Amino acid sequence: MLAFIAKRLVVAFCVCVTVSAISFALMFLSGDPAIAIAGAGGRAQDAEAIRIAYGFDRPLIVQYLDWVGSALTGDLGQSIYFNIPVSEIIGNRISVTMWLGVLSFLLALVVAVPLGIAAALRPNGWIDRIALVLAVTGQAIPSFWLGLMAIVVFGVWYGWVPISGAKTWQGFILPVIVLSYYAMPAMMRITRSGMIDVLATDYVRAARAKGLPMRVVIFRHALRNAVLPLVSLAAVQLGLLLSGSIVIESVFALNGLGRLAWESLLRSDLPVVQAIILILSLLYVALTTFADILNAVLDPRLRGAN
Amino acid sequence: MTETLLDVRNLRVSLKTDRGMLNAVRGVDLQMKRGQTLCLVGESGCGKSLTAMALMGLLPRYANITSDCFDMAGEDLTQKPQSKLAKLRGRDVAMIFQDPTSALNPTLTVGRQLTEGVMRSEGLDRAAANARAVEMLDRVGISNPEARLTQYPHAFSGGQRQRIMIASALMGRPRRLIADEPTTALDVTIQAQILRLLGELQSTLGLSLLLITHDLGVVASIATDVAVMYAGRIVEQAPAEDLFHAPQHPYTRGLLRAIPVPGVTPRGSELPAIAGRVPGLIGEMRGCAFRDRCALGSSECASDPVPRHGDDAGRFVECFKVTPGEATQ
Amino acid sequence: MSDTSSEIRPAGVWQKALRNTGVSIGGTIMLVIVLVAVFAPLLAPHDPLAQDLTKRLLPPFWHDRSVAEHLLGTDHLGRDYLSRMIYGARVSLGVGLGVIIVSGAIGITLGLLAGYFGGWVDMVISFAITTRLSLPIVLVALAAVALGGASLVTLITVLGLLLWDRFAVVSRAATQSLRHQEFIMGLRAIGASRARILFLEILPNMRSMILVVVTLEVANVILLEAALSFLGLGVRPPTPSWGLMISEGRENILFDPWLIALPGSALCLLVLAVNLFGDGMRDITGPARK
Repeated sequence: MLAFIAKRLVVAFCVCVTVSAISFALMFLSGDPAIAIAGAGGRAQDAEAIRIAYGFDRPLIVQYLDWVGSALTGDLGQSIYFNIPVSEIIGNRISVTMWLGVLSFLLALVVAVPLGIAAALRPNGWIDRIALVLAVTGQAIPSFWLGLMAIVVFGVWYGWVPISGAKTWQGFILPVIVLSYYAMPAMMRITRSGMIDVLATDYVRAARAKGLPMRVVIFRHALRNAVLPLVSLAAVQLGLLLSGSIVIESVFALNGLGRLAWESLLRSDLPVVQAIILILSLLYVALTTFADILNAVLDPRLRGAN
Repeated sequence: MTETLLDVRNLRVSLKTDRGMLNAVRGVDLQMKRGQTLCLVGESGCGKSLTAMALMGLLPRYANITSDCFDMAGEDLTQKPQSKLAKLRGRDVAMIFQDPTSALNPTLTVGRQLTEGVMRSEGLDRAAANARAVEMLDRVGISNPEARLTQYPHAFSGGQRQRIMIASALMGRPRRLIADEPTTALDVTIQAQILRLLGELQSTLGLSLLLITHDLGVVASIATDVAVMYAGRIVEQAPAEDLFHAPQHPYTRGLLRAIPVPGVTPRGSELPAIAGRVPGLIGEMRGCAFRDRCALGSSECASDPVPRHGDDAGRFVECFKVTPGEATQ
Repeated sequence: MSDTSSEIRPAGVWQKALRNTGVSIGGTIMLVIVLVAVFAPLLAPHDPLAQDLTKRLLPPFWHDRSVAEHLLGTDHLGRDYLSRMIYGARVSLGVGLGVIIVSGAIGITLGLLAGYFGGWVDMVISFAITTRLSLPIVLVALAAVALGGASLVTLITVLGLLLWDRFAVVSRAATQSLRHQEFIMGLRAIGASRARILFLEILPNMRSMILVVVTLEVANVILLEAALSFLGLGVRPPTPSWGLMISEGRENILFDPWLIALPGSALCLLVLAVNLFGDGMRDITGPARK
C-alpha cells in the first residue's frame, strides 16, 4: 500500500517536471519570445531591451531552472501587460474558475450517479432510454453553443437569469448547468456500465441468496464495487472542467482563469499564460494521483497488496 | 417415507431472446427429501443451473417461470414464487455457487458477509451473529475463525473461500441446500475435501442437498439419488446405486459408457461424448428431445407425450423404447 | 456457456453494423454531410465569401421577411448563410480528417511500440501518455495556435500533436493481447521481421478498434475546432467554419438568434451522427455485452 502510494507520487513528480518544461517551452513556440512580447511591429531595440530585461539571452536550461525555482516559491513572474506579479492576477481570478468547476462537477455527479444506477437496474427501460438520450446529446452539443442558446432563451426571452457576469450567484446558474451537462454523460455511462457488470456478478446473486432485500444488495454490495471505476473518471472530469471552462467563461463573461488565459494570449502576456497552463496541469496531476490513492484505499485487494 | 422439503411440479423456465422464446426448462418435477443428496446431472446448457436458480428465485426479470406446484416449507409458492421466495432465501433454502472467488464480495469483510443475512432475517445483534459466524466457520474447517472475520476474501485460498461460502449458506440454519457446481472451479485435491465436507454436513445437519454437476465422479462419490437432465427435462431419476448399475434411458447409458463406479471412478472425469448435438431449445418441441442422437430412435419418438415409466421407489424413466426391468446393457 | 470468442470476423461485423440502428442512422447522416462537403461547389447557391452589404441579416425561409434567393438568410456582411453552412462542413470534416491522420499515425505507432516491446519502451510511452493527459488541451492548443500563427495547417498540426493519446492507449492494449496469440508467436518463430509483424500482422487485426477511436476522436476534433474558432484562435475569417459563424453571429444574438442556431445545429447533428456511429461500432466489435 505505502509502496504503491510512493510509486504513484514518484510518477506524479516526474509528470509535474515534464509538464512544467512543456509550459515553459510553449513560450518559445513562436520563435523569439522577445519579439512576441514587443509585438510584430515592435522596434529591434525594444525587443533587445526585453530580451535582457526578461533574461531571454541566457541559456534555456538556466532560464527554465530559474522559472521553476521561482514558481516553487510562489513567484510566477511578472505580467507584461499589467506589470504586476502573475500570482496576484491569478489569485484574483482563480476562485471563479474553482467555483464554476466544483459546482458543475457536483451537479453532474448528483445527476449522473442516481441516473446511472436507475438505468442499470432496468436496461432498456424508460429511465435507461432517457439517460441514453441525455448522454448522447450531452456529448454532441458544443457547450459554448448550448451556453449561447441558454442565454438567448433564459436570459433574453424569459429574463430569468442575468445574461453575463458573476456579480451575483444567479450569474452562475446557467454556466454551471451547461458545464455539468457536458461532464455528466461520461460519469453516468461509467456508473451504468459498472453497475450492470456488478449486478451480474455471483456475489450480488449470493447476497440475494442470503435473503437480503434488493435495496441492501444494491447499496451495500453493488454500489461499493461499481463506484471504483467512477472515482478515477470523476477526477479526470473535474480536471477537465477546471481546465475546460475557458470557453464557458468567455461565453458568460465570467472572469476566471480560462478567460484570463484567453485575454492574455490575445495581448501576448505570455508569463500569465504559462503560469495558468502550469497551474491547471499540476491540479490535474494532483487530482488523478489523489484518485488513484483513494481507489487503493477503497479497494481492499489493492490495500492488501504490499 | 422421508419428509419432503421441497416439491416442484412441471417447472418451466423460458427466456426471451432475439430469435424467440428459449424454453430452457421444459416441465421439471423435483422433490428434495430430508437426508437426501440429489445430484442433478447433465451437459452444459441442459437447464440444470436455471432449474436451481428458479428454485432460489434468483433468475433475472426477463426469465419467465411457471409451475403447477411449488411447495417449500409448507408454503405454496406456485403463484408468486419469485417475490415470496425472497423471504425464504437464506433461512429455509440456501445456495452455494460455482466460483467462490466471484461469489464473495471483494470489498466487504468475511464477517460482514456471513452475518448480514441473519442479522436481518433473525434480528440477531452483532455479537450473536458473530458468534454464529464463528461456529459455522469452525464447522466448515476454517481455523482461528474469530480473527478471520475481519479479513477480506482476497486473504483466503480458493478452497477456504468455498468453505466460507458453505459457512455463509449455513448461517440461517436452512434445511435445504442447493449447490451449483460447487467444486468445478477448485483444484482436484481441494474438490475432494469440499465434497467430503458437504457430505458430512449433509448427514450431521440432516440437510436435503441438491447438487448440480456435470462431473460423474462427483455424483459417484456423494449422491444418494441422481436425476439426469437433457434439453430441459429430467429424463431419468433413480437411486444412485440403481442408476449406475442399471441405467435405462439411452442418454444415461451414453453418459455412463465409461462406467464410473462409486468409489472407483476418479473425480473430474468429463462426460463422454455422444454423437450429434443437443437440439435447439427455441420454440416448442415435440416428442423425445434425444431421438436424433439415440441409437433406438424411430418415428414413434417424435410424438407426444413421451411415456413415463415409474415405480414406487421414486425411480422413473421417460422413453418410448425402454421400460423398467426390461432394460439391459 | 456463453460465446466468448474474441475473434473478429469482418463480414460478420459489417452485417451486424447494418442491423445496428446507431450505426445505420449515424452512418447515413455522416454520409450525407460528407457528400455535401465534397460537392459544396455544386450545391452552394452562392459564393460563400461574396458580401452584399445591401442584404445584411436577412432571415431564413420560415420568417416573413425572408427572401427566396437566400434560403437560410444572410449574415452581418450579407453573405449567403446556406452557402456558408455548406462550405462549413468542409472545414469541420477537413480538420477532423487532417487531425486524425496526424494523431492516428503518432498514437498508433506509439501504441504498437509500447505494446509490442514492453519494458522501458512501454514505460516511456506510458509516461508520455500520462503527461499529455495532464496538459489542459484547449488552453495549450489555443496558446500554440496563437503563437504559431493561426492557419488551417497550424490548427491541424497542433491538434494532431495533442490528440494522439486515445489511439496510443487503445492500440497499446490491443497489441499487448495480440502479441501473445499463436499466429504472432509463430511468425516470430519463423523469423519474420518486427516491422512486418507490427504493421502487416498486428495492425490489420485491430482495425475495428481503431475505427471506433477514429469516430470518437473525429467528434472530439470537430468540437475542439469549433471551440477554438469560436474563441477567434482557430480558423481565420473569412473562411466559413461553423464555430467561427457562431462567434460572428454572437453580436446579433438578440435579434437574429438563427445566426448561431443554424451552425450550432449543424455541429450537433454532425457530432451526434459520428458518435452514434462510433458507439454502435463499439457495441458491435467490443466484448459481447447483453
